Amino acid sequence: MNRLASRLPAMVEQYQQEILTEWVKLQLEAGTWRAGRLQESQLRDESQRFLTLLVNNIQKGVQFDTRSAQWADIRDFLAELSRSRATQGFSPSQVATFVFSLKQPIFARLRANLLDEPEVLADASWETTLLLDSMGLYTTEVYQQARESVIARQQEELIELSTPVVELWPGILALPLIGTLDSERTQVVMETLLERLVATGSSIAVIDITGVPTVDTLVAQHLLKTVSAAQLMGADCIISGIRPQIAQTIVHLGIDLSAVATKASLSDAFALALKRRGLSVISSSAARG
Amino acid sequence: MSIEPTTLPVRSGEDVVKVRQAVRTLAMDLGFSLVDQTKVITAASELARNTLTYGGGGECRIERLNQGPKRAGVRLTFEDRGPGITNLDLALTDGYTTGNGLGLGLNGARKLSHEFDIWSQPGVGTRVTITRWK
Repeated sequence: MNRLASRLPAMVEQYQQEILTEWVKLQLEAGTWRAGRLQESQLRDESQRFLTLLVNNIQKGVQFDTRSAQWADIRDFLAELSRSRATQGFSPSQVATFVFSLKQPIFARLRANLLDEPEVLADASWETTLLLDSMGLYTTEVYQQARESVIARQQEELIELSTPVVELWPGILALPLIGTLDSERTQVVMETLLERLVATGSSIAVIDITGVPTVDTLVAQHLLKTVSAAQLMGADCIISGIRPQIAQTIVHLGIDLSAVATKASLSDAFALALKRRGLSVISSSAARG
Repeated sequence: MSIEPTTLPVRSGEDVVKVRQAVRTLAMDLGFSLVDQTKVITAASELARNTLTYGGGGECRIERLNQGPKRAGVRLTFEDRGPGITNLDLALTDGYTTGNGLGLGLNGARKLSHEFDIWSQPGVGTRVTITRWK
């Protein structure tokens, strides 16, 4: 294979200009570059840069390895290309086609020059296929990673957005919970609440579970942990939003919430919190009279 | 006398949410009251989480029971091929847990249901069936 591996690099280098011209022509004809907001000049520029990098790197070996330092600049180029095309609206297969479409012009050169040596031709073709396939797949991999990182970020944002801590009154915080309360979210809830307790110097927190559809033992356990943590910091907790069906279920499950003040509605909990702070709400007419 | 039984996988936390949603849809469809809906959904949630946490994952079979016009119900079967339960009486005791939960889920699910059946063999697996009538 060593003998054969040495033919492909030389061939690509020798016919670099012809290959580039034909490659760009093929890409322009195929028209896939128009799928996104890509300029023709940019396509030419990127093709030229990629081919130059390929020629430089291929001299040292024809097996593309994303982890090896030898291919670092090609890898970075492909990663950048994949990311930029992803944002330009290209599909993963259109991005990979950029690399795959280089096969035809290279094959053409190999065939024209190695016709008398069928074995060498076959092996060089095989090398080309392996090399460009792994590079094309690499662009797809990067494309997917970029997508996944977007999804992961959105999920994190969603968790944070869905656990807002609001100040109802100086010294009284409210934490309206909505949706499923799993371990990960409870962690965020607890951290946010404890941080806000310190930041605002509050002494009472109302945890409202009106928006939590199912309160099972795990949710109850998470709530109790959050409450104990807040209590350790010297804050009182009130759990509100215990609807009749939730109350019955909690009793059947045998969950003991007696250590925590609970209320049916957020307004009841707020009234209790005001009372504990020594505050009361009176109607303005009564105050004047 | 049951129609459209569905089997859902219980392999992740999201699957537990899906089981709850499927049970909710069926209970609502059968005209369960809000309290009854909540009870059967909560029982499903406990058992699904047990299947996941202690059984190492398994599946949940959801059946609609129709015995005459007034007798409609939901039957849920949770099955896993986990380590099984050595002492069922102990497992059904409130406050007992081999994990780090509250130890109330299994017996809680029993109290939230009309019919409760548990089969378990150490090294083979566990199957819990509950029924709640309208």
